[in-house]
Amino acid sequence: MTPQELSKVTILFSGDSGDGIQLTGSEFSHTAALYGNDLSTFPDFPAEIRAPIGTVAGVSGFRLNFGSIEIHTPGGHVDVLVVMNAAALKKNIEDLRPNGLIIANSSGFDKRNLKLAGYDESATPLDDLRDSHRILELDVTKLTRESLKESSLGTKERDRSKNMFVLGFLYWIYGRSLERTTQFLTEKFAKRPEIAQANIAVLKAGYHYGETTEASLPRYVVKPAPQKPGVYRNISGNQATALGLVAASQKSGLDLFYGSYPITPASDILHELAKHKNFGVKTFQAEDEIAAITAAIGASFGGAMGVTASSGPGIALKGEAIGLAVMLELPLVIVNVQRGGPSTGLPTKTEQADLFQAMYGRNGEAPLPVFAAKSPSDAFDAAFEAAKYAIEYMTPVMLLSDGYIANGSEPWMFPTSGELSAIHPVKANLSEQPYLPYKRNERGVRSWAIPGQKDGEHRIGGLEKEIDTGNVSYDARNHEAMVKIRAERIEKLAESYPPLEMEEGEAEGDVLVIGWGSTYGAVKVAARDLNRDGFAVSHLHLRHLYPLHPELGHVISRFKKVVVPELNNGQLVKILREKYLVDAIPYNKIQGQPLKADEVHEALMNTIRSIVKNEKA
Amino acid sequence: MSETLTAKDFATDQDVRWCPGCGDYAILKQVQTIMPELNIPREDIVFISGIGCSSRFPYYMNTYGMHSIHGRATSIATGLKSARPELSVWIVTGDGDGLSIGGNHLIHLFRRNPDVNVLLFNNEIYGLTKGQYSPTSHEGQVTKSSPMGAIDHPFNPLALAMGADATFVARTADRDVKHQREMLLRSNQHKGSSFLEIYQNCNVFNDGAFEMFTGKDGKPFHTLYVEHGQPLIFANGEKGIVLDGHTPRVVDLKDGINQSDLWIHDEHDPFKAYMLTRMFDDPTAGFPRPFGVLYSVDRPRYEDLLVGQIEHARSIKGEGDLDSLLAGKNTWEVR
Repeated sequence: MTPQELSKVTILFSGDSGDGIQLTGSEFSHTAALYGNDLSTFPDFPAEIRAPIGTVAGVSGFRLNFGSIEIHTPGGHVDVLVVMNAAALKKNIEDLRPNGLIIANSSGFDKRNLKLAGYDESATPLDDLRDSHRILELDVTKLTRESLKESSLGTKERDRSKNMFVLGFLYWIYGRSLERTTQFLTEKFAKRPEIAQANIAVLKAGYHYGETTEASLPRYVVKPAPQKPGVYRNISGNQATALGLVAASQKSGLDLFYGSYPITPASDILHELAKHKNFGVKTFQAEDEIAAITAAIGASFGGAMGVTASSGPGIALKGEAIGLAVMLELPLVIVNVQRGGPSTGLPTKTEQADLFQAMYGRNGEAPLPVFAAKSPSDAFDAAFEAAKYAIEYMTPVMLLSDGYIANGSEPWMFPTSGELSAIHPVKANLSEQPYLPYKRNERGVRSWAIPGQKDGEHRIGGLEKEIDTGNVSYDARNHEAMVKIRAERIEKLAESYPPLEMEEGEAEGDVLVIGWGSTYGAVKVAARDLNRDGFAVSHLHLRHLYPLHPELGHVISRFKKVVVPELNNGQLVKILREKYLVDAIPYNKIQGQPLKADEVHEALMNTIRSIVKNEKA
Repeated sequence: MSETLTAKDFATDQDVRWCPGCGDYAILKQVQTIMPELNIPREDIVFISGIGCSSRFPYYMNTYGMHSIHGRATSIATGLKSARPELSVWIVTGDGDGLSIGGNHLIHLFRRNPDVNVLLFNNEIYGLTKGQYSPTSHEGQVTKSSPMGAIDHPFNPLALAMGADATFVARTADRDVKHQREMLLRSNQHKGSSFLEIYQNCNVFNDGAFEMFTGKDGKPFHTLYVEHGQPLIFANGEKGIVLDGHTPRVVDLKDGINQSDLWIHDEHDPFKAYMLTRMFDDPTAGFPRPFGVLYSVDRPRYEDLLVGQIEHARSIKGEGDLDSLLAGKNTWEVR
């Protein structure tokens, strides 16, 4: 059978948490990236480490969208659904497109599994779908055991490699080489070569099964995507955030001190940074969120680049200390990898509902810059920029990421160190005496004398400061002046932003869609498609949420309608309405899931229709 | 050091704003007095505090300093010391700041053991908020927030420190100038986290709380000065403490008991140190309260271990190379 050529494919790997779904998905992604496809991935796993086996609550998923065209999202409806058991089918069948392909492990549909998934024992969920979908059933468990007949491993360990059978089978369907995964397995199990051998044997068996089985199987070709020439790697958002911080540390000449308390979905930043001690990175696993940030503040006081990261609930605990950093005017980067809230909320799901917390979540008048990353690889630039502003403007900076960016991955044309801009700490000139810690330069920024510097001895603290001297002051007018000075110096920092650029569309038109954060891919695809269809839709994606870009008001005024899609109940839209008195239209999704391009497409079409209707009237 | 500094060089131009007669003045004076003797350049000394009366301390020390937020001086100092191991870092805290809102950070400081000095001013009351009971106020203490007497059982700060594996545990009092000076010097000498509890009189809200230990009538009978290698003797040499198996007992030295039969203080013995911290009940009923260095042991410092891992990583992997970090292990080229 001649393979059919496709421009893009969305696969959802799903099965029990213990089935190795994440590994299967990420290996397929790495192989696709090395082959030259553009891609975007998104893992979706339960909050419980080991939810009951076989139940819907325990289903783990890994979504991959890859293609020979530009890919910006992990896809809308799924083309291929891989299900290791009945629960996985039950949970994800709604996501499969009509006539989509189901690859099912038939041993995961026995009576026991049907019952665990909540089906009747007599149910035949796969058979029920045969009219509307294409179904490939493989007895993965049995085939895996057979291919390991000679192995010395026990049954339990043999069964653990069944995900490799599925992976090998998919490699055959999409005509992919086994090389990368073979090498990965060899390295991963270097200390237990018998496990590596078993996994490789099963991987090959899955591939050969595709070749030799008599059934007429589909095969597809997804050619490499036309990407910008350069050298690429694959990267997740948390990894990119960590590397951005290390890069900023190197370019500023300041040692990175990272204070953190483990929390989903931010912990991988700590794991990544802990690997890079040879860069002088000091990671501090604190006793709680408050200690994590205050230790970072202590390190910054000592002249280091202090950083802390958490997710919403942890950021709430850090609130008082963030206010202290505002008062001290010390560099500090605070990363919030947002998740569904409030309270503990949806720990493993994504949301953008902490924007107000970032903007307003402190006592007193305590403004600080709030930036947002828009995609996994963009988290590198965003983290680097957050650190640069923190250091050069002596201020805490809040960087917003989210669960989708943190765990998602995509190809990244990484920069060389030479391409990154220098970062200049604001050193104190101690030949001028006395040293005044709150004396400001032309940008309103105070200078940074650090312990160990002779003649720089000074005291700072959370009490209100006297202008210039930094001494404690309860003077009424001094307080009002200081509140304004602190606010103005943050406002002023917007003057150094790069110009605003449209992601899609023209500088003026009918509809301007303003996004921020991880909705980037979905909004871009929707705006691009509408543009192609002749609609005057433009897409602007904001990195800087506070202070807003000085040009933003003018840009907004050149459009008839403004639409603001967000994964919350409408937060940026309120800020824009308040600031620009514009009748911006919210589009909100609050399901713990990323935005899809077709959802944005529909929302924008509604707005376009309303304009047409108004103009006719 | 090229110049010789005096206590005056460690005072700032800021007015000291504690209440007249506050015990904090005596502590400030002692700290300023010992500073020149430490032979540490002034710019290498940092005082970190939280919130409370005691926490105003950094403003009056002409060194680097930070008056931070309630309870967090310990964690700020841990970060500072980790970033800059060569600095001499002092933490000034109180019974509310250090044991109540900051209790968690204090015990974690002890287990990590960075080389910092904790001075905990214990006045058994909340002073800055004007007189509520604190976590060291005694049961039944009548305060603004406990008009019928406090029902909270108090912390025993030194036992708490022992429980958290602190490596240096000592007690002194504001009025006991000579002893305080000695304890401050010992705290500084200790490599690791030193915990010095200083009984400090709040003459406004809890006047005379420690009169029994510091006044001339009670002191001989209720205060026991422990010294390494010396027998436990008090009451003007008339009384001592023996160990009867595992049980300490107060004995009268007039009853023909030799000094060599007494409990000889060994500040490196954690079991005995813990027993000393337990001498905390009503002193009129039994034991005197021990002052001095109850416990001192050497254990690796957090910052040394942290820097050690960095050096080790560098010796294996070499100095970090940003370009190879950015590239990672798997790259591909699009032409």
